[in-house]
Amino acid sequence: MKRYDAIVIGAGHNGLTNAAYLAKAGLDVLVVEKNDYIGGAAVSRELHEGWTYSNCSYVCSLMRQAIHRDLDLSRHGLILVPYLGSVNYDDDGNTLIAYNSEEAAYLELKRHSKHDADSMFRFQADLTRYARLIRKTLLRTPPDPTSFRTRDIHELLFLAKQFWSLGEKEIYEYVRFFTLSAVDFLEDYFENELIKQSKASSGIIGTALGVYSPGSSYILLHHVMGDVDGSIGAWGLARGGMGAISNAIASAFQSFGGEIRTNAGVSQILVEGGKAVGVVLDNGDEIRARVVVSNLDAKRTFTQIIDKNDLPLGIYEKAKNFKIRGSSGKVNIALSGLPKFSNVPDNAYVNRGGLELTGSLETMERAYDCWKRGRFSDDPYIEGVIPSAWDPTVAPPGKHWMSNFIQYCPAELADGPWTPEKRDLFGQTVIDKIARYCPGFKDLIVHVEVRTPHEIEQEIGLTEGNIFQGELTIDQLFFNRPFPGYAQYRMPLKHLYMCGSSTHPGGGVSSACGANAAREILIDLKRPNSVPADDFYDE
Amino acid sequence: MSDYDFSSERPKPSHFQERQDELNIHNAWSSWNGYKFAEYFYDAEYEYFCVRNTCGTYDICPMQKYLIKGRDAERMLNRMVTRDVTKIRTNRVSYVVWCNDEGRLIDDGTIFKLADDQFMLNCGSPCSAWLDKSAFGFPNVTITDKSDEIAALALQGPTSCAVLKRMGLTGIENAKPFSINHFDFQGDRLMVSRTGFTGDLGYELWIDHGLAIELWDTVYEAGRDVGIHPYGDQATNMLRLEAGFIMPGYEFNEALKTVHFEHDQTPFELNLGWLVDFKKPHFNGRRALLKEQERGPRYTLTKLDIEGNKPAEDSFLYSSKRCTDEIGYVTSGMWSPAAKANIALAMIETEYLDGEIWSEIYYEKELRQYSKVARCTIQQEPFWSPARTRATPAADY
Repeated sequence: MKRYDAIVIGAGHNGLTNAAYLAKAGLDVLVVEKNDYIGGAAVSRELHEGWTYSNCSYVCSLMRQAIHRDLDLSRHGLILVPYLGSVNYDDDGNTLIAYNSEEAAYLELKRHSKHDADSMFRFQADLTRYARLIRKTLLRTPPDPTSFRTRDIHELLFLAKQFWSLGEKEIYEYVRFFTLSAVDFLEDYFENELIKQSKASSGIIGTALGVYSPGSSYILLHHVMGDVDGSIGAWGLARGGMGAISNAIASAFQSFGGEIRTNAGVSQILVEGGKAVGVVLDNGDEIRARVVVSNLDAKRTFTQIIDKNDLPLGIYEKAKNFKIRGSSGKVNIALSGLPKFSNVPDNAYVNRGGLELTGSLETMERAYDCWKRGRFSDDPYIEGVIPSAWDPTVAPPGKHWMSNFIQYCPAELADGPWTPEKRDLFGQTVIDKIARYCPGFKDLIVHVEVRTPHEIEQEIGLTEGNIFQGELTIDQLFFNRPFPGYAQYRMPLKHLYMCGSSTHPGGGVSSACGANAAREILIDLKRPNSVPADDFYDE
Repeated sequence: MSDYDFSSERPKPSHFQERQDELNIHNAWSSWNGYKFAEYFYDAEYEYFCVRNTCGTYDICPMQKYLIKGRDAERMLNRMVTRDVTKIRTNRVSYVVWCNDEGRLIDDGTIFKLADDQFMLNCGSPCSAWLDKSAFGFPNVTITDKSDEIAALALQGPTSCAVLKRMGLTGIENAKPFSINHFDFQGDRLMVSRTGFTGDLGYELWIDHGLAIELWDTVYEAGRDVGIHPYGDQATNMLRLEAGFIMPGYEFNEALKTVHFEHDQTPFELNLGWLVDFKKPHFNGRRALLKEQERGPRYTLTKLDIEGNKPAEDSFLYSSKRCTDEIGYVTSGMWSPAAKANIALAMIETEYLDGEIWSEIYYEKELRQYSKVARCTIQQEPFWSPARTRATPAADY
């Protein structure tokens, strides 16, 4: 029976990135995927003829350019297109438009608050400073703070140097920043409610926290620190949907001789003598390899596909308690035409991009209250994007589809398990809310796909449907991700690694987790490193 | 204040001006051959992406267009340009360059063969005087400058063919690269060539200037649902660099305008040796070019992939990281959003092409100047060259 150098469990974008770098280094690599399609949560699916949904992740800003370039993903068919503008709505239908040009954006802010328009410059400078520091760590393995190994000390010194370059005052601010709530952070800059809520919403996306919860300011940063071609904070669409990213990485992987097997779910990781030696598939097939890499989240990896008795003491409990609460839903809607939203000019540069139904800070907090009580929000925060307005390949000409991300929707309901009826009721709540800002919206609907955390977990395998494979709070970030002591992609069993978003630097379509894990595996296998350094931001 | 309106000094409106004025939201205008010409319309990078993702239009009214007719037209052109004009079939387009006696590039352009005795020559700079000179000894040639009479619009990008189909140009998807196709447009003749300056699927539309606005409106109506958007000089410069196309003022200095000795370029230096046909009868610059071919060009235009993301515009190139021995200079450089690479075209002394190439890049960070030295790797292929550019039938997106 053939023995591979490495088996990667799960063909999500990080699993494929990991596999690509291992294969590029000359290893014989197999990726196994439970679904009959690849991509995990970076996927494009035609669920209604003629329409292609990015039915999980829908926009992209953290994708590492160094990886895109190094794996030559453009030649493998990937092109990332930035989209412009967005509109933020309050509960009364008033709008705040984010224009692409700096001058227009300033005047729009000034329309709401002269103070805040001027304050925005300081806010942007501070946020950029924070973002720059984090960005430098994305393609690096977190150092172990308790270790005296040269490499860890070197990495710690690198971090210390970055910190010191901020200046004394900013170091205090930075440390404080990590524990603040999004609203507390914003209060320091802004007075206008609509402006505050337009920024605060980034602090709750994908997270079981509210805009007033400590820690949500980091989530805000995580959502604005990405870039498209160097313009920080910009978001891009993958032409052909998010699946184009996974497909391009898969194509690069295959060009290095890698092999992908779909319809091949893993029922168990084989462990012999305290070492991972292979996997058992759902159909009973055993496949062996020198190393096993899990692209599944930490909870699923250690509580679902490893025998508890194979684990060192305490790991199972750590995994069980790993914070990976589901809090988001997704409603994908095929439309027969471009929806026309209220109170926004007929300006094609702003009314096709992001649509932010934030309501008010209180509305968002009440939406969170629903989640705490085990209900989906009756008046949720919705982030809508209409990819078809930018991408000619995802809907027939003149037709459109709208991606709606919803915060909050719990993985488990207080009144019993999710049912198709409850799911559809959730979808209806979302459609009703959109229609409040877009009369006639319902008449355009051709097809709807509603995804609660339940569907996301069932289809993609993300525990509780948590989009980040584990929450991005400081107790689970950097050298604490996924667990303290295991942040360097090596797991408690020898020859077992993790490469998904449960590891540093966390959620988002970045390819960084997969690439970082590959670097560590290659060190252990004494192979030359094939993973590029992120040389883009060190100047 | 005087009533004088400076009309003789103002850029003149293009045939599409009425529509372009509405769309040029930031009033970002420059000029080309006296015509008012857009730097960009809304956002240069956005417009660049329209051409890579949907489609865009580019005003080529300011381009010089010469109709060359008569029994001697072919012989005259063949004497002027380096490529064999007799090989161009009717309704085909050929990319050409022409040189002075020293074999140095005067300009590049395209020749459209409209009939056996009828050609259209398009180029960036006016060249009436050179054409007249080239026609010396060919009695049966008439040269007419049609620049102001023909309205021309480039339509480029993956959905460009879909736009033309939606305009009712039946069969346009079967038009091959460099073909010329004729259609009826409101009782007049619309010429569509599958040509362009972007390295992507694309066409150029040619029509009598009286129908310019009608053409524009028809194109924009057809393109509405497939992402049509105008683009200007800035996006063009990005697009052509990714495609590896040369631009006067960047890669070459027109020979007739060059003051300093050999500060102009030969086709071989510009990596355009494939355009020089020594098998055909005598042409201008032949002797000098033959000599250059034997000797090898002193410089060679080279595509570079440069580490990091700082554009290497105006950089010097060196044979080692220490930057002691200069071996060339960057002619155009940018971060390529489509290729996700730091790309450049550079003139490098041919004898150093096999060795290491290092670029000394200067950049600014909040008013402070920095420099870095980056390794350069030679690329043989264009940075952007998707299969759809060449595929026939052309796809819808």
